[in-house]
Amino acid sequence: MSARERVAGTVANYVDERTGAAAWMKKNLQKVFPDHWSFMLGEIALYSFVILLLSGTFLTFWFDPSMRTVVYEGSYQPLKEVEMSAAYASTLHISFDVRGGLLMRQIHHWAALIFMAAIVVHLLRVFFTGAFRKPREFNWILGIGLLTLGIVEGFLGYSLPDDLLSGTGLRIAQAIIQALPVVGTYLSFFAFGGAFPGEAFIPRIYTVHILLLPGIFLALITVHLMLVWYQKHTQYPGPGRTEKNVVGYPLMPVYMAKAGGFFFIVFGVTAFLGAVASINPIWLYGPYTPGQISAGSQPDWYMGWLDGLVRMAPPIETHAFGHTISWNILIPGLIIPGILFTGMALYPFIESWITGDKKEHHLLDRPRNVPNRTALGVMALTFTLIALINGGNDIIATHFSLTINQIMWFSRIGIIVLPPLAFVITKRICLSLQRADRELVLHGKETGRLVMLPHGEFIEIHEELTPEKRYTLTQHEQPKAIELVTEDAGGVLNPKGIRAKLQARFSAANAENIAKPTAAEVKELEGGHH
Amino acid sequence: MKFISKYRRHKGALPILIMLALTGLGFTFSAATAAPASNTMSASAKSTLVEEGQTIFLKGCSSCHGLNAEGGAIAPSLIGVGAASVDFQVGTGRMPMQDMSQQAMRKKPVYNDEQVAALAAYVASLAPGPASLTNEQITWERDGNTADGGELFRNNCAMCHNFAGQGGALTQGKYAPTLMGVEPKHIYEAMITGPQSMPVFSDKIITPEEKLSIIKWIKAAESEPNLGGASLGRVGPVTEGLLIWVFGLGLLIGIAVWLTAKAR
Amino acid sequence: MSKELEPLADPGLPEHIHRKADIDPIAAKRAERQVAILFSLSAVGTLLFIYSFFFIKVDQFIFLPILGNTNAHQLGIGLGMAAGLFFIGIGAVHWAKTLMPDQEVIAQRHEFKSEPEDRDAFVKAAKDGAEAAGLGRRPLIKRTLIGAAALAGLPGVLMLRDTGPLPGKELEKTNWKSGTRLVTDPGDRPIKASDLEVGAVAQVLPELLPGQKRTLEDIGKDAVLLIRLRPAEFQLDEERLSWTHEGIIAFSKICSHMGCAVALYEQTTKHLLCPCHQSTFDVTRAAKVIFGPAARPLPQLAITVDGEGNLIAKQPFTEAVGPSFWERSS
Repeated sequence: MSARERVAGTVANYVDERTGAAAWMKKNLQKVFPDHWSFMLGEIALYSFVILLLSGTFLTFWFDPSMRTVVYEGSYQPLKEVEMSAAYASTLHISFDVRGGLLMRQIHHWAALIFMAAIVVHLLRVFFTGAFRKPREFNWILGIGLLTLGIVEGFLGYSLPDDLLSGTGLRIAQAIIQALPVVGTYLSFFAFGGAFPGEAFIPRIYTVHILLLPGIFLALITVHLMLVWYQKHTQYPGPGRTEKNVVGYPLMPVYMAKAGGFFFIVFGVTAFLGAVASINPIWLYGPYTPGQISAGSQPDWYMGWLDGLVRMAPPIETHAFGHTISWNILIPGLIIPGILFTGMALYPFIESWITGDKKEHHLLDRPRNVPNRTALGVMALTFTLIALINGGNDIIATHFSLTINQIMWFSRIGIIVLPPLAFVITKRICLSLQRADRELVLHGKETGRLVMLPHGEFIEIHEELTPEKRYTLTQHEQPKAIELVTEDAGGVLNPKGIRAKLQARFSAANAENIAKPTAAEVKELEGGHH
Repeated sequence: MKFISKYRRHKGALPILIMLALTGLGFTFSAATAAPASNTMSASAKSTLVEEGQTIFLKGCSSCHGLNAEGGAIAPSLIGVGAASVDFQVGTGRMPMQDMSQQAMRKKPVYNDEQVAALAAYVASLAPGPASLTNEQITWERDGNTADGGELFRNNCAMCHNFAGQGGALTQGKYAPTLMGVEPKHIYEAMITGPQSMPVFSDKIITPEEKLSIIKWIKAAESEPNLGGASLGRVGPVTEGLLIWVFGLGLLIGIAVWLTAKAR
Repeated sequence: MSKELEPLADPGLPEHIHRKADIDPIAAKRAERQVAILFSLSAVGTLLFIYSFFFIKVDQFIFLPILGNTNAHQLGIGLGMAAGLFFIGIGAVHWAKTLMPDQEVIAQRHEFKSEPEDRDAFVKAAKDGAEAAGLGRRPLIKRTLIGAAALAGLPGVLMLRDTGPLPGKELEKTNWKSGTRLVTDPGDRPIKASDLEVGAVAQVLPELLPGQKRTLEDIGKDAVLLIRLRPAEFQLDEERLSWTHEGIIAFSKICSHMGCAVALYEQTTKHLLCPCHQSTFDVTRAAKVIFGPAARPLPQLAITVDGEGNLIAKQPFTEAVGPSFWERSS
């Protein structure tokens, strides 16, 4: 036994005698993780969060979250002796008078953008593969919660430096609060400590940004990961992969090296971006004052779709009985996002109600095999994308020789017309792909090799698929429509009435699929060929 | 003299000759009349310039602006717009317009400096208006203050021209152009004449000294190196978002694909 | 399931194919070297960071394609840090991929559902516990507990009361009073009508009284945009026309939609555009909304001149400036 092994043994003994951890560790070091690139997306988000904690802590060493007025005396000449808030001045100080400060600021901001982007693609992966189904509904809801908090946390973060752009963002946030019926004015005065902008808001959101929300994040992420651990990861279908097993690499050493290595890779890429690409150059924006504005004022991308919705809203306000309701703010700013996020959170339950499927699922769906869900996802994505495009309509207009009015009208009409269109097209594409799969299983791959038969007929040689490939393409279950029971045998009407009807309608649409080849069909063809 | 005759067919030869001739003429006259100020042009030199300007005007501008610059259906009257306006519009290549689109674009000037000066003199002779300026008169380096200029810029200019002078969108396809690479005199002239969609910034509202500060800030922004890496166009979060999706996430997903691919 | 609909059978996990490094010691050695090189590159990155941090001056610039004229210090430490981290990761992954065992293993899943006996026992225990506490039998205790718990949350909300003052009529007030002089922002110079040519604009604020200091809250309500047109261009009713002076018209600069500064004035079209959400207002028609999400015109400030010819406010704003709120009556 080498010295190193002896030390390791002693340490293990010491810990185990006090915690009894060895049994648990033994089991979990051999925990199996399936390998697929799309399973790394959530990890990107996780690692970005760690990077955000590290870089954020660095920034707090110098940042002064105060809106008291100071005169700038730092080394950035174009703002010399300009009056500004201490928050803005200290951000300039971090950028220009702390070595590595600007790098850290840029890493922090880039990491935030990657964090949000990774959450979104992770969510899309989970959605389109049906990984949210039983038993993982709760983890899906946690994920939606993390996405929502991420948007808020990001917004608060870029509001802290109190520059002209972020101040404009705060002004808009304040207008949304103020637009709330009945309580809006009061909430706004309490939040801002009086009239906008006041001196209270930035110190307050600082505490929320660096303490409250990161704490909640940490707790939610822990539960999110523990559930993944406990429920074991889902896996893509394939030979040897069933609902009852999980096939992959053990945590120790392969997965640990890969996942650990990936953390360094994500950090490295973020640091690279921080080194070579400028982000949020607050020194160019100038300090915030409510009387100033810059052309092309947009939020960060994860808020951009909300801003796009607000831009395209119709100019409607109700004035009645001495009160005002701003629909032009409430509908795009609160009601639509509210519906969208609630719908997203409840989706696992909605789908399970439609399909009547209450089984556990550990094998993922191929998106084409669930045309309705895939089409719905693409529809929601189209909606958000149009809103996002409209959120940058001024920049798009100047760079592509369009007019903001054209883009606005395109978005206003497109946001109503295009999502349903996307639904229909996606569903058709899915069914076509199913048909292609069927062809492939039954007739094999087209090789492009032509052969002339003795009687002069040309045929193309089809190469048969391997049994593994065939299995992968046919392993899925195809849902059956729920039959509508209007009245039972005794002639009593179904008490669920309209709900049952709706369920039957949706379920029928959901069951619309191209029948997958059966073993019998395959066998028959094999016999015919040879 | 061989040295000079060699360049007689050079494209700059004619303007230089005209310049020399005019200067010579001017000097001769001023010497003859013993005028105290040698800086101002003599009356007859001026009238020659006006005549020359009128010739250019009739040939290049009158089809839209009218034979007497009184304006037409598609172009405004130029009476009273002053030399500054001509120097800006023609000197930045905006006029003559290439096509009747929404807005005249900055492009390579059609006329050279002397022709612009002649045109300006002609338009100025129609009715008084703001005089044109030379870059030497715009003493922004000496008299401007960058920080004050930034304050003024953010209050008066940034809403259209963007926080870093990169330009921005206006309604119906019109736009505020970028201010990068614009000559100081043209920036100044634009402020006092209000070309196209741009409003006028009167000298009492933004004093000449403040205008110099604005120019100094614009020049500082123009020459400011990229303090934090590639500037991404200095247009705010849109390009940042684009970069993170295309490059940032694209690269990370690419690495994830490599990471999970089976080694051979 | 009928015989015809039977799906294809699962052929089972495909056979494991060995990598080159598993069977060829030379390939394994090569992979080992590659990993070592990657780790060394990381060390080089860290050295670059240390060098740049101490020896490249913070005001040193370097011209590079795409990046332009870039700060060398920032670039040096950034690239050093990036390489230091990135290559550790790439090395570790390469190691895992080429040299660590790549045989996939199978673990079995277990249903999460507890055994029926356990579940029944749990339900029974919970029921018995509740029974023993007597919650069902003593409704008085239950009701008062629920009431008290609901009330106990109230202090948490009430304590937030002092985060800010009550709004009162604050949103409807500005510092514009009858006779307040208009002064330039920045500069604080009074303005005469003749100072503005046709087509000119001015950003103005109310003049400060001696000893007064202007806060951002003031600017957020008081900022006004002054525009001069030809009087004939106005299409205003009698009253609104009387609020202008020799073609000079004044509007609140704070957008009636969400409070951004509306100051993009197009001289040719006489339109005002808000850069935040592209609401467009027609100046000739008292800032009527002609495009975008804003629902109300910008409030107009009545102006006139005093004895010295300086522009002054004729009266305060007749409506609240800025975005809408519940208590707003029109």
